[in-house]
Amino acid sequence: MTIDPSEILAILPEILLVVLALVVLVADLVLKDEQRRMLGWVTAGGLLFVIIPLLFFFRPTDGATFMWGGAIRVDMLGFVFKLLAYFGAAITAILAMDYEVIGKRGELYMLLIISTLGMSVMVMAADLILLYVAIETTSIPLYALAGMRTKSDKSVESGFKYLLFGAMASAIMLYGFSLLYGMTGQTNIYLLAEAFQLGTASGTPLLYGSLLIILVGFAFKISAVPMHFWAPDVYEGAPTPIAGFLSTASKAAGFAVLLRVFLVAFPEYATQWGMILAVISTITMTIGNMIALAQKNIKRLLAYSSIAHAGYALIGVAVASQLGVTSVTYYMIAYLATNLAAFAVVGIYGRIAGSDEISAYAGLSRRSPGLALVMMVALLSLAGMPPFGGFVAKVFVFAAAVDAGLIWLAVVGVINSIIGLYYYLTVLKIVYLYRSEGDEVPLEVSRSSWFALGLLVAAILLIGTVFAPWFNWASQSALAMF
Amino acid sequence: MGFPVLSVITFTPIIAGLLILLIPANRKTEVRMAALAAATFALILSVWVYFSYDTPTAGYQFVEQYNWLPQLGISYHVGVDGMNTPLVLLTGIVMFTGVLISWGIDDRPREFFAFLFILATGVFGVFVALDLFMLFFFYEIAVFPMFLLIAIWGWKVTREYAAMKLTLYLFIGSVVALVGALAMYFTSGLGTFDMIALEGAGFSADFQKLWFPFVFLGFAVLGGIFPFHNWSPDGHVAAPTAVSMFHAGVLMKLGAFAALRVGIMLLPEGAKFWMPWVILLTLVNVVYGAFIAMVQSDFKYVIGFSSVSHMGLVAMGFATLNSDGMLGAGMQMFSHGVMTALFFAVVGMVYDQAHTREIPKLGGIRKVMPILAPAFIIGGLVSMGMPGFSGFAAEFPIFMGVWQTAPWIAIVSAISIVVTAAYIIRIINRVFFGNVPAELEGHLQDVRVLDKVAVVVLCVVMIVVGVYPAIMSNMVQSGVDNILRLLGGA
Amino acid sequence: MEFIMDHLLMLILFLPAVFAGIVLLLPRGQDNLVRWVAFVLSLVPFIFSLVLWLNFQKDVPGFQFQEQYAWYPSLNSTLHLGVDGISLSMILLTTLLTPLAILASFTIHDRVKAYMALFFLLEMGMLGVFMSLDLLLFFVFWEFGLVPMYFLINQWGSEKGERQIWGGRKIPARTYASFKFMIYTMAGSLGLLLAIQLIGVLAGTFDIPRLYQIVGTLSGSIMGISAGTVKAIAFWAFVIAFAIKVPVWPFHTWLPDAHTEAPTAGSMILAGVLLKLGAYGFLRLVLPLYPNESRQYAVALATLALMAIIFGALASFGQTDFKRLVAYSSVNHMGFVVLGVAAAAYAINTETANLALNGAILQMFNHGLSAAGMFFLVGVLYERTHTRDLNQFGGLFPLMPVYGGILIFTSMASLGLPGMGGFISEFLVVRGSWPIFTFITILGMIGLFFTGAYILKGIKMVLHGPLNENWVGHLKEINAREIFIITPLMVLSLVVGIWPAWILDVINSAVRLFFQGA
Repeated sequence: MTIDPSEILAILPEILLVVLALVVLVADLVLKDEQRRMLGWVTAGGLLFVIIPLLFFFRPTDGATFMWGGAIRVDMLGFVFKLLAYFGAAITAILAMDYEVIGKRGELYMLLIISTLGMSVMVMAADLILLYVAIETTSIPLYALAGMRTKSDKSVESGFKYLLFGAMASAIMLYGFSLLYGMTGQTNIYLLAEAFQLGTASGTPLLYGSLLIILVGFAFKISAVPMHFWAPDVYEGAPTPIAGFLSTASKAAGFAVLLRVFLVAFPEYATQWGMILAVISTITMTIGNMIALAQKNIKRLLAYSSIAHAGYALIGVAVASQLGVTSVTYYMIAYLATNLAAFAVVGIYGRIAGSDEISAYAGLSRRSPGLALVMMVALLSLAGMPPFGGFVAKVFVFAAAVDAGLIWLAVVGVINSIIGLYYYLTVLKIVYLYRSEGDEVPLEVSRSSWFALGLLVAAILLIGTVFAPWFNWASQSALAMF
Repeated sequence: MGFPVLSVITFTPIIAGLLILLIPANRKTEVRMAALAAATFALILSVWVYFSYDTPTAGYQFVEQYNWLPQLGISYHVGVDGMNTPLVLLTGIVMFTGVLISWGIDDRPREFFAFLFILATGVFGVFVALDLFMLFFFYEIAVFPMFLLIAIWGWKVTREYAAMKLTLYLFIGSVVALVGALAMYFTSGLGTFDMIALEGAGFSADFQKLWFPFVFLGFAVLGGIFPFHNWSPDGHVAAPTAVSMFHAGVLMKLGAFAALRVGIMLLPEGAKFWMPWVILLTLVNVVYGAFIAMVQSDFKYVIGFSSVSHMGLVAMGFATLNSDGMLGAGMQMFSHGVMTALFFAVVGMVYDQAHTREIPKLGGIRKVMPILAPAFIIGGLVSMGMPGFSGFAAEFPIFMGVWQTAPWIAIVSAISIVVTAAYIIRIINRVFFGNVPAELEGHLQDVRVLDKVAVVVLCVVMIVVGVYPAIMSNMVQSGVDNILRLLGGA
Repeated sequence: MEFIMDHLLMLILFLPAVFAGIVLLLPRGQDNLVRWVAFVLSLVPFIFSLVLWLNFQKDVPGFQFQEQYAWYPSLNSTLHLGVDGISLSMILLTTLLTPLAILASFTIHDRVKAYMALFFLLEMGMLGVFMSLDLLLFFVFWEFGLVPMYFLINQWGSEKGERQIWGGRKIPARTYASFKFMIYTMAGSLGLLLAIQLIGVLAGTFDIPRLYQIVGTLSGSIMGISAGTVKAIAFWAFVIAFAIKVPVWPFHTWLPDAHTEAPTAGSMILAGVLLKLGAYGFLRLVLPLYPNESRQYAVALATLALMAIIFGALASFGQTDFKRLVAYSSVNHMGFVVLGVAAAAYAINTETANLALNGAILQMFNHGLSAAGMFFLVGVLYERTHTRDLNQFGGLFPLMPVYGGILIFTSMASLGLPGMGGFISEFLVVRGSWPIFTFITILGMIGLFFTGAYILKGIKMVLHGPLNENWVGHLKEINAREIFIITPLMVLSLVVGIWPAWILDVINSAVRLFFQGA
């Protein structure tokens, strides 16, 4: 069996990731304890080393190609979401450096890279089996990462809970995959649609049933209602940078898979699953926002907010149009940068203040105007205010809904973003308005953190003001799905 | 394309704001100087734009257009016509005077000016936008700094409540309008957000009738239209002085202007269909606002409700859909902006010293701050539509316009003029004349020189426009003609 | 020089505003300097008015010294100025009374600069009304005059006295009076404003000469209301606005309060000029613009005028406050003006109507002189005694013989004694309206009788009767400045009374020319 060099090139980023994981492992052995912090830089630098060639040499602008016997598909959707995953992982690595104890453990970085590797495969997998393997490759390191603070009960609980729910969702999803295989005899996503048309399975309750079952697995990944309840507990317990990673890169990868499987395998049933997703989107947004209103803990608030954001993004999936996919992709780009920034601030401040209670944020703007500013940018972007990324992303999603004639869905989104604005502003009010004891003492924020924060803010602003390049990516991704 | 003056005006504040953030927090004087420099620069440019706008040529001038997101037909497209040139000038004036008056802010002035300037950029951006998407973009930019400005530097008693109320109201309005705008975008089939192109989209009458209320009212929330005016007096009162000035002076115009630009100009048939109802709402604004203002005992609430009343006149002028009414509305936007900025400036100066705004507890301000009495009187005369001041030049055409569409509304709303006179006179008598109450004796000092400059600038503008309205009316008229063209000469 | 002649009206009109600015810029604390500068400056418009008077050609029809500039082009409104014989006499009266009033204000000590500036602005407002040939501009000046007057009463009015308002709260009388003045006139103006807008909408122009030409041919409708109805509505709006200003009974109740509480100079201008604005409005706008409506309702107007004459006189007789007595006398005297106007409205462009109009206009002029004089004399007395209660006076003649003489002279002028101006004008009004409204005129004569009664009562209670011993040694005789103020008024009253032709010719030709076409 000869392997075409181009096939190797197609998975070069993944290969590099494996190499990077090994480098980190070796470095972990070599470095002294106080130097292990450097591993964060190594990871981030390594990811950059993957990102740059990917960005410049491996952009599949000229259509999509199947590789490795049709197991993967090299297209723009995979490209964009890979970039997102790498970027998210790099930022997470930098932010994790300052985290006490675990920031100095090589496993963290290694697991992070492996998880990223899983995502990277996930978003380009064109075969159900590879997809399942990729999902598990992503998830298992994440279970470990969430429970990494072994001294903390909450963290352990978080990891355990995540593991249980994740395993259950995976199992259900796998069951769905096997049903599909049973109906068609195909595991390749791209051949499924055809097989449905030819076969006798089309339109049967079994088909809808398996569709729903698969959806359960995906809903878990993107934390959509009703598979959302793990998120707050896990986010709260997990180390904050990891929670940020969970809520962004992992969720983005989930959306990529959702888009690919549903649009490619079930285009005939777009009206049906579109309706289901629209309903799920509505419920997700509403529940996420409503519960977020009552939160006292910032990480739980962000967890519920990220549930709500899954709801917004689902609008774009539900309309199942090219503009819809474009908008979801754009939404994920914007959301990734934004939510990472929010978790970054929470992580930095939570560590210094020793609390994740929202009330602990009183006086933040006096102790560190810069951190407060980043918080403001992140929260306003989440709320959908220009000139930050969240605004355009929301506009695109709503536009997709209006375009598809789902005006009611756009209105639901609009109402929800108003509720969202309320609790984001409430946090901002505490950050800027309230005072606390000792709020004259400036905060010490490490340079590496500033670097990550600066990068994120720049990204949020760039996404929010210069839309054309990212929109191009997103629309090319959409094109690859149709 | 020449010097991109409109872009420079639009982005001067935000760039200045970001630069100000780089100044160390304890260098407060430098922060203020930088703010003043930026504001002066923006004012000079807006004056230049105002006076170099070629009225006989009319149409959109100083146009700049760049692709922003060509895939969706979003462009950065700016230009001014007779309707918004005065508003750009207004923003320049209010920004300049607002900075002068905020000299005394001592709590985090750096952040204050930065937020204020972000707000200013949003305002400028909306006024010059010729692209629907861009209009929303800047519209929202103008909304959120308001929250922080009010919540942080506002009046301690109500600031949190008012800031939240205001932001949510405006946000609701704008997103509702946004849905309408998206519907327009897709229905037009033109694949562009360019408003000039959308003007010719030829939407069906049913479509226009369906969407007009959403778009118009969505924006009109910011214009303080009844029954969505509730945020405005609370917001005005809670805001710090410069923000109140911006808020009532410019931000409310933003709503009225956007309602005109997007609601009436893009959906003219819808406008014609709904206007009888809109005009009724504005009537409530005008009369009810004036009566409520009369019974307030808080100085600032009086002004807040007077804004509701006066902005009702703006909307009423637009709602007439005829030449006179819209001319008046255009003039009123400018006139009210300057006037209310002056009012809030004066209120702020009084409050800074007296630490109360209860009218019965004030008195004799004239004796300690001699410049405030004539300033407030001039503002008051503008407010009651006294001839010779800008308010008359604005209200007169509005009423003329209303006569042509709904005579009885003109008669009923005229009541507001007398009521306005009554509450203005009451304030003048109780606050500025008479004797300083014993508990304030010795606590009051004269205002700063910069405050005086600000007050004088505002007064002069109102008098100039009032004495010689042609300086503005021709320009506004050219803008109105364009709107009338869209309305099919109605 | 040529510039001055070309822009005479602009100069007369706007110089006061410039002077107001100059006065405000004078150094602080130099009250005397301010007073004198203000006085000298106020003479400039007077001198220009004299030039205007001398260069006015009384036999030329139409408006003279016209000037027209762009003002509010979008509304087709221009800065259009011009005078005819009617406005000319009023301009002369205004520019004459202003320096005298300023001279009478030398006793003001509080914020002299602001006071003088307001006075100049007041003068500008009044002159603007008389000169405007544009309806919108007319309204601008009409309203504008209110503002300085309000503050003059509100800030420099008499410091004593309280009024109870609803709610039982007591407020200073001057606050009450000024507020009432403002709200009354504003309410009146509101109708005027709306009517002007209606006319503007209907005619598409605000130019008064142009309106004269087209008013008869106006057709079309506004929202289904025909032009005729619109005109009727506008007519009543105009009438009410002007009637409040004149004031015609029953719209007069603001007047006694305002006149009484105003500072002396304010009362002089208020009675001398401001009341004439209303009458001028009738002549300039109501009669020519609504000849038919005017004729139709002339009887009603005449009846109201009669009420003003009779009730004004009776009310005046019943006063114990000297200033209120004089104030009500204004109601009485202005009643004759309105009677003349009403008679003319009924029979326009007839000989008798012209007579009545001549009388009315001359009465405006004369009343301006005599009322200003009377208020000034009341003010002189008040400054010395700090009371206006007639019961507190009595027998002052021996203490102030010169003052007494002047008071009697001015009272007689006010009374309409033959040989004084008032006689000529009232005679003309009565002579003119007799054939038209015989019965009303007869009743009016009864009012004239009461006029004599209250004037004599005033003289008696101040100068004659038992001497109130409190005043002995405390009353100073009228001083040279005060005599200087009152002299021109007395002289002019006498001159008009003895040789009315100099002014009546101008008025008469103006009336003839002006109403020829109507």
